[in-house]
Amino acid sequence: MKKIYCEINKCFACKGCEIACAVQHSESMDLYQALWEEHPPFPRIFVKSKAGKSSLLYCHHCDKPKCVAACVSGALTRASDTGEVILDTSKCDGCWKCVAACPFGVIIANHDLKKAFKCDLCKGYDMLACVKACPNNALHYCTQEEFQQIVKESSMKVKAGV
Amino acid sequence: MSNNKQRSADPAGQHMLKRAEKEGFETVWDRYEAMLPQCGFGQLGVCCRNCYMGPCRVDPFGNGPQKTVCGADADLVVARNLIRQIAVGSAAHSEHGRDVAHALLLASEGHGGYEIKDEVKLHALATEWGIKTDGRKVNEIARDIALMAENEFAKQHGDLLFTKRVPERRREIWKKLGVMPTGIDREIVEAINRSHMGVDNDYRSLVFSGIKTSLADGWGGSMIATELQDILFGRPRPLRAKVNLGVLKKDQVNIVVHGHEPTLSMMLVKASRDPDLTALAKEMGAEGINLAGICCTANEILMRHGIPIAGNHLHQELAILTGAVEAMIVDVQCVMPAIGELAKCFHTEVITTSPKGKAPGTTYMEFHEEKAYDTAREIISKAIKNYQNRNHSKVDIPQEEMDIVAGFTTEEVYNILGGKYRPSYRPLNDGIIAGRIRGVAGIVGCNNPMVPQDFNHVEMTKELLKHDVLVVETGCAAIACGKAGLLKPEAAKDFAGRGLQEICEAVGIPPVLHIGSCVDNTRILTACLEIMKEGGIGNDFNELPAAGAAPEWMSEKAIAIGHYVVGTGIFTLLGGPPLPILGGKNVTKLLTQDMEEITGGKFVFEPDPIKGAHKIINHLNKKREALKLKPMMYPVEVDKGVTKAEAGVPVTV
Repeated sequence: MKKIYCEINKCFACKGCEIACAVQHSESMDLYQALWEEHPPFPRIFVKSKAGKSSLLYCHHCDKPKCVAACVSGALTRASDTGEVILDTSKCDGCWKCVAACPFGVIIANHDLKKAFKCDLCKGYDMLACVKACPNNALHYCTQEEFQQIVKESSMKVKAGV
Repeated sequence: MSNNKQRSADPAGQHMLKRAEKEGFETVWDRYEAMLPQCGFGQLGVCCRNCYMGPCRVDPFGNGPQKTVCGADADLVVARNLIRQIAVGSAAHSEHGRDVAHALLLASEGHGGYEIKDEVKLHALATEWGIKTDGRKVNEIARDIALMAENEFAKQHGDLLFTKRVPERRREIWKKLGVMPTGIDREIVEAINRSHMGVDNDYRSLVFSGIKTSLADGWGGSMIATELQDILFGRPRPLRAKVNLGVLKKDQVNIVVHGHEPTLSMMLVKASRDPDLTALAKEMGAEGINLAGICCTANEILMRHGIPIAGNHLHQELAILTGAVEAMIVDVQCVMPAIGELAKCFHTEVITTSPKGKAPGTTYMEFHEEKAYDTAREIISKAIKNYQNRNHSKVDIPQEEMDIVAGFTTEEVYNILGGKYRPSYRPLNDGIIAGRIRGVAGIVGCNNPMVPQDFNHVEMTKELLKHDVLVVETGCAAIACGKAGLLKPEAAKDFAGRGLQEICEAVGIPPVLHIGSCVDNTRILTACLEIMKEGGIGNDFNELPAAGAAPEWMSEKAIAIGHYVVGTGIFTLLGGPPLPILGGKNVTKLLTQDMEEITGGKFVFEPDPIKGAHKIINHLNKKREALKLKPMMYPVEVDKGVTKAEAGVPVTV
């Protein structure tokens, strides 16, 4: 299955991905207008940085998703064919059990809308907003094998002094 | 695969872009697309790099930090950034003014090849500034003017001289707000000081300081440039000329002059007419020397000498791509650093001339005002010799070449409207009062790859003309509308509403008046003064049925101009991007709503040119109502009102 992968050494924690994610999921999908929306937009991807090292948090679509197990309303399911963990907001009750259950803490309890949210791999859009927005091209939407290849090529470039 | 019609609404632009794509040349449009999405923090103005406890950013959606390291909130960050931008824009215009004052001083001493062309304006300005003229030689008076103008930059006390032109009530407003400008350099330095970490920590105080700095540009540096340029080079007179890339000729030495200061370009015009150099061109196998311009310097030599214009801001690379340009001679402002590299793909030589404006991949030939004419001859000579290196099989000049009329000024409007024996603004005022003309709109400013080139300028202008709005234009906006055929007198028949058409036909003017370069935006201010003096349509700028717009702006100069227009009390609409202030909600409210009660002017951000035209039309209608003017003589059936304009939402949904 294709997932989001990050070449973390290239991440400057500029938070461009957070802004792009929030705008993509807003009503107007336009940065300037998103500021004025009734429900403030919010990202589903998080950048943290400590001592010059960045870390990126987003849904990893676990093989044995704890959030799915915790969900009482059936909003969270795992697609058996792709392995994708899907959150159907319309069924969400806002009980926050999934929020507590997620070992990565990437499910958002939105108290404004009273529903849970997580990365939805920009379902319905032609490209993932965060991947497109990263100024360092650190983010990739690909399979694990493809990502391993990307990392290999990047490290070869570094070795070659490119 | 890019759609060239999305990139440029100008067929010549589309033609060259097709070539660029086919042959693999990188243009500003490619670089713009590669830069997307641009940094949201930057667009909203909430990124602060003023000190190195930072850099910082405020989260516009409220999730992350709401205060920077020093404790600034989004409004403070936005306001500090804004006044730096106003300071830079004002500095650009003001340095231009400084250079003109210096050239006038040289002319008064007989140096450099500069002469004093307009003695009438010289005497008028001298009288205005209290300089004795009786029995004195022209060059003595000119010297005094030049020294007084130079002093405006250095002044530490008193008000800028041109602020005396402004109605008393406007001066009172400025004094009360603490925005009366004193010295041009001083206001710029003060603004930069205030933006330093830990100086002015109040967003309101910063915004008004920014307005003060911008007034030192509009009623200072820029106005000095315009007035002294008129004295040195002559006041423009209406003339016919041609615009667009088709003005480049395959059998002539094509020399494109780009940048801003006529102290250089005027000399190049003079040198290009030198018979020795014309002979040299013929020796090289060319039919002659063809000088053409890009950007504001183009407008300066257009307005006074009818020199053709190759294009506006986004045409600078496209001109080189024709393969027909022997030299592109540049000075300062709006010159893309990319042109040096691009020119290397052709025989074109990019020649930088200003010690303030060097660039990689170019040839530097320093232009000194003291040796102006000699240097100009050297530069032209170099360009002519380059003709031998042209690869004629690589030449591709688009056919587009449009007729225009340009050369209108505040003074000229008197003559046009009233004739030689009764010059007057009365016919214009009467036209507005009687409802033939709804009002006046100034459409100004740049090109921006965020907008299909020229699209917003042309569409907004056409919509305004349809509604009987007289349009005056400067800068790249004027060039845009020129290319689209709106600067021809015949344009009144094709595009203007009935009332405006009647006036244009009676007087013999196009419905869109080209009044010059970007420093000539000050002609809009002086024209407003004449309109008010003539009477009947308002006693201060904010009462006039007038508005300004920069539908495709991009530069910090535009930010400065916008602020001096708003500070003077005039409604100012920006198309393309909004000001980079939306991250600061209070700053945004101050500049787009509250400012109307304070100075009488305000900013409106509207990316759609038709909606923008209607916001302007609504504003003009509002002013007409307040003045109790007659209703429009020929009302347009669809007078769409756009209610969101008053709803407090700065950007239309």
